[in-house]
Amino acid sequence: MEKRRLIYLDNNATTPCDPRVVETMVPYFYEKHGNAASRSHHFGWEAEDAVDYAREQIAQLLQVEDKEIIFTSGATESNNLALKGVFEMYARKGNHFITAETEHKAILDTCKHLEKQGAEITYLKVKEDGLIDLGELEAAIKPTTVLVSIMWANNETGVIQPMREIAQICEKHGVLFHSDATQAVGKIPTHPRDIGVHLMSFTAHKMYGPKGVGGLYVSRKNPRVKVTAQMDGGGHERGMRSGTLNVPGIVGFGKAAEIARLEMAQDAERLSRLRDKLESALTQLEETKVNGNVGSRMPHVSNISFKHVEGEGLMMTFNQNIAVSSGSACTSASLEPSYVLVGMGLGDDLAHSSIRFSLGRFTTEEDVDEAIRLVANGVNHMRELSPIWEMYKDGVDLSKIEWSAH
Amino acid sequence: MAYSDKVLDHFKNPRNVGSLNKEAKNVGTGLVGAPECGDVMRLQIEVDEETGLIRDAKFKTFGCGSAIASSSLATEWLKGKSLDEAGKIDNMDIVEELALPPVKIHCSVLAEDAIKAAIKDYQDKNGIQVEAAPSEATA
Repeated sequence: MEKRRLIYLDNNATTPCDPRVVETMVPYFYEKHGNAASRSHHFGWEAEDAVDYAREQIAQLLQVEDKEIIFTSGATESNNLALKGVFEMYARKGNHFITAETEHKAILDTCKHLEKQGAEITYLKVKEDGLIDLGELEAAIKPTTVLVSIMWANNETGVIQPMREIAQICEKHGVLFHSDATQAVGKIPTHPRDIGVHLMSFTAHKMYGPKGVGGLYVSRKNPRVKVTAQMDGGGHERGMRSGTLNVPGIVGFGKAAEIARLEMAQDAERLSRLRDKLESALTQLEETKVNGNVGSRMPHVSNISFKHVEGEGLMMTFNQNIAVSSGSACTSASLEPSYVLVGMGLGDDLAHSSIRFSLGRFTTEEDVDEAIRLVANGVNHMRELSPIWEMYKDGVDLSKIEWSAH
Repeated sequence: MAYSDKVLDHFKNPRNVGSLNKEAKNVGTGLVGAPECGDVMRLQIEVDEETGLIRDAKFKTFGCGSAIASSSLATEWLKGKSLDEAGKIDNMDIVEELALPPVKIHCSVLAEDAIKAAIKDYQDKNGIQVEAAPSEATA
């Protein structure tokens, strides 16, 4: 394990701030420190102008009206606001939500919370490729259904759901459609108005902006959607989200959105080429499997299972050099592997053997070449150590062994 | 989570990786854990039939760094011990030696189980009756 510059291939966890974003933010910490809600003096007006400008930059990226953007502290808050806010606002219409098993915890745990408040939630299963079954979605809709919440792209596999088709089903049945687009916004075109998405959550720090600032798109016409505020206070953000605006964060978010709008296509093209290089090299190793629909996937993500090698151990062979994530959460007492991969029908053993690579704007071809070398070495090393690899090589049928689960 | 230096050392330079002939009468094999739990350990001991002492020990482990370090350490400790002494190795000794955090204690438990399973396999093969059967052996 030689020491060198750390290669960051965990951009789905968070992205570094683009230096151009940081530069734009800096004046708003000191010289332009005003509160955007101060209506009576220069400092307030300056801050308000900056927020308005950022809102416009984000609206342009999403091709929506600027008034349709609500600033929050991040996508978790946006998801909470969307789900809880709709549940309360539309309580008279119904109490049934539809979502999917492979959603982020910010959706699933919010749904669990709402179930205790009397909501009825349908959790759709996904197919082996990670996509939901549109027939199952439509069949799940009933008269009490008010909301369908399906993520745009999955954080672990990068799989992109059939957004337009889902929107058409929602439209046909007159139910609201929310999407957690945290992993998609800024990286692929995400135009909620055009697609037919009524509420959409997203965050700055997954698109080269700062942490601690996010957004919720709320459609203002056809349909006009309202959500009940989850935080009471000064009535900011059209009354839907009180709290002094994070002006420097929002300024950075706006800049990040502008850069994304201008550079998305070239970034995506470059990253998909690098991702494909990484993936095709690593799948040359024996007994590997790419997880998720490769035809409907984010350009920068690859999730690979290396059979008979445990993910966390594998990561340890190269984590002095490369930062990635594993589908094996071996740090919890329950030792539970990724529920996203298990939800796609992967066995627990394969889920434990999976690694997520997520490239980003600052990933270079040298990074990818080095990652290929180090990961391949790591897999080979761990297989030398693995009793189940030896058994597999000896032709032992692993499914016939009576394992002692613990 | 940061690993202790001892875990890192065993992980980078695992001791006694490999296989012994599991058909041999003087070899005991313990295979514990399950792939779907993310941990499988195979620990083998070779007993010197004249002295009754463990002459050699080998392991292979599918698992995280702590699991690999726990089994590597176990093989080091086993060599030269009698079966009685080996059976007394406690998982908490491994926890202490490797400074395992609470979430990794199960790795040490698995190593203890593997030791007990290997001893039991050897005893079964050689028709050795044990008065107080080790109750924790799981494989």
